[in-house]
Amino acid sequence: MSPIITLRDVRKTFGPLVVLDGLNMEVQRGEKVALIGPSGSGKSTVLRTIMTLETIDGGEIEIDGESLWHMKRGSRVVPANEAHLRRMRSKVGMVFQQFNLFPHWTVLKNVMNPVRTVLGLPEPEARARAEELIALVGLQDKVNQYPGRLSGGQQQRVAIARALAFRPKVMLFDEVTSALDPELVGEVLNVLRMLAHEHDLTMIMVTHQMGFAREISDRILFFEHGRIAEEGTPEKVFNCPTNDRTRAFLTAVRQA
Amino acid sequence: MPFDFEFAKSILPHLLEASVITIAATFVSFAIALVIGLFLALGLRSRFALVRRGIWGATQFIRSTPLLVQLYFLFFVLPEIGITMPPFLTGVIGLGAHYSCYIAEVYRAGLESVPKGQWEAAVALNYGRSRAMTEIILPQAIPPMIPVLANYMITMFKDTPVMASITVIELMQTANIIASERFLYVEPMTLVGLIFLALSLVASFGVRLIEGRLVR
Amino acid sequence: MSLIYEARWVLLEGALNTIIITLAASLLAGAMAFSAGLARLSSIAAVRCIALVYIEVFRGVALLVQLFWMFFVLPFFDIHLEPITTAILAIGLCNGAYGAEIVRSAISAVPRGQREAACALNYTRLQTLWRIVVPQAIPMMLPPFGNLMIELLKVTALVSLITVHDLSFQALTLQQTTMQTAAPFTAVLVGYFLIALVITGIFRLAERRAGVGLDRGGLR
Repeated sequence: MSPIITLRDVRKTFGPLVVLDGLNMEVQRGEKVALIGPSGSGKSTVLRTIMTLETIDGGEIEIDGESLWHMKRGSRVVPANEAHLRRMRSKVGMVFQQFNLFPHWTVLKNVMNPVRTVLGLPEPEARARAEELIALVGLQDKVNQYPGRLSGGQQQRVAIARALAFRPKVMLFDEVTSALDPELVGEVLNVLRMLAHEHDLTMIMVTHQMGFAREISDRILFFEHGRIAEEGTPEKVFNCPTNDRTRAFLTAVRQA
Repeated sequence: MPFDFEFAKSILPHLLEASVITIAATFVSFAIALVIGLFLALGLRSRFALVRRGIWGATQFIRSTPLLVQLYFLFFVLPEIGITMPPFLTGVIGLGAHYSCYIAEVYRAGLESVPKGQWEAAVALNYGRSRAMTEIILPQAIPPMIPVLANYMITMFKDTPVMASITVIELMQTANIIASERFLYVEPMTLVGLIFLALSLVASFGVRLIEGRLVR
Repeated sequence: MSLIYEARWVLLEGALNTIIITLAASLLAGAMAFSAGLARLSSIAAVRCIALVYIEVFRGVALLVQLFWMFFVLPFFDIHLEPITTAILAIGLCNGAYGAEIVRSAISAVPRGQREAACALNYTRLQTLWRIVVPQAIPMMLPPFGNLMIELLKVTALVSLITVHDLSFQALTLQQTTMQTAAPFTAVLVGYFLIALVITGIFRLAERRAGVGLDRGGLR
């Protein structure tokens, strides 16, 4: 089977700063991949370009065998229009570091309204789906609360349920525990652990939780200067890294 | 084409002369507002609750009622209690007093924008109250106030035509007189509008420059 | 005091006109504020430019000049409006320009993450604007809109100068017919103050209702 996500020679710059420098990367269907590396190495940008939150300056991204930023019109390949982008986005869900729940809606509406608006699901079905997912992340007693009343960990679990409601093929997790107080990290990781047992779901996470990355990923990608400096199974990357920079990074992280 | 450029050209010098009165009225009223505003701001920080409440109530009242009627009040009522002033003076006092209620709020907000920690640090370093104020607090409080105050000055500039209603012959009233003498309204009114637009655009641009300088 | 009682119908008529002009001009100002404020954020340069010109012109010229221009100059172009219509148009357009900046800054103040989340959830641009951004921007707009409406109420006094029989006009009429000064002007000032109190009260209520759910958690 073809990979679900392919990045080929992807370049992204912010002014003079080169964030992705000819990046090549593949993720297989159902694979759980962790992106680690120093800050500014381009990990989050990878997720943001896949989600179309950032455009790319060169190269190609394919999702499910189809180009993200280009589409076929007749025999020609033209830049993607909004309809194409929306169809591509529907395959991908994303969870943010800052949760980005909609503060003017209750927990239930945060999960239910997007699928009603975007997928056009009828209310009863959307509600049932939302309630099921809210229960899955263990927040059934908070359905009618507003996000401002929840702890960070609870908000992040709602955000995960909200993304899952679309039943995406790929889930992107962008430092989802970095904004949390230490005691709240565990409850969010437990939800991710549970999702990792879903064999169909592809998960790509940017994380600083090395222990967790090691525990649930099939593959670790170590990023540096907008490229993958080293990759392999968790055992390989964590136990016998071949790259000096990987070794230095892991030592620094362990000392912290 | 109802716009007569020849006529417009012939009245422009008169209007520009009258703009000097308008600009003078703006500066004088603004100075009055800065001074009264300071007293009001001090009053709002008074130790006596009665003073604080009284001043707060008065400023709220003045801020909620029209400048025009306030000017009428000064213009018609003051002479009855024996105070006669030229209309210009009545106008600038009225406009200045009206905006002093807004400017008092600018002073207050400026002082409160300085973090509490700055006072505490000044106390810890054994500064006296007044030296802490002049050397630590005010230097931090004043720069952010400047663009806000300047914007109020522009707002006051645009309120000066109200003085025409108490017979001050400023820009608007000059145009009015020219227009009604010949019953030709298009040129004088349009010119007045353009003069106002030009002056406020220049002034706003100036404020933006100051703001950019202050923010760094 | 007896003067005020005798003149009560005159004053009430004035108050009614003041209230009508305030409400109608506020509606116009609100519509203009939203159109121009959103247009300022448009991705189309020409739309942004038109909105900017509108805002700068109507904010840059003294309202009284705009009012007189519409009242005296428009008839020369064969546009004949009732004085009260002129009043509502001038005040609504001018305050709409101020309101546009309120709308623009409130919309811009909604955190970027909200738009990104909506994009990740596959909302269209329009859906993002109306379902996610505007509902969060409105509570931020309410306090400045409340202040703007008070300012609008105050400037309605200028319509007396173009013969509309509002509160200020009636004050001047009473002053001229009775030769009393303090009483009519004080009564009218109090009248404006009372209307302003009602406006403030309504906005306070609206702010309380709109604030639901927006007490963001400690993480913001």
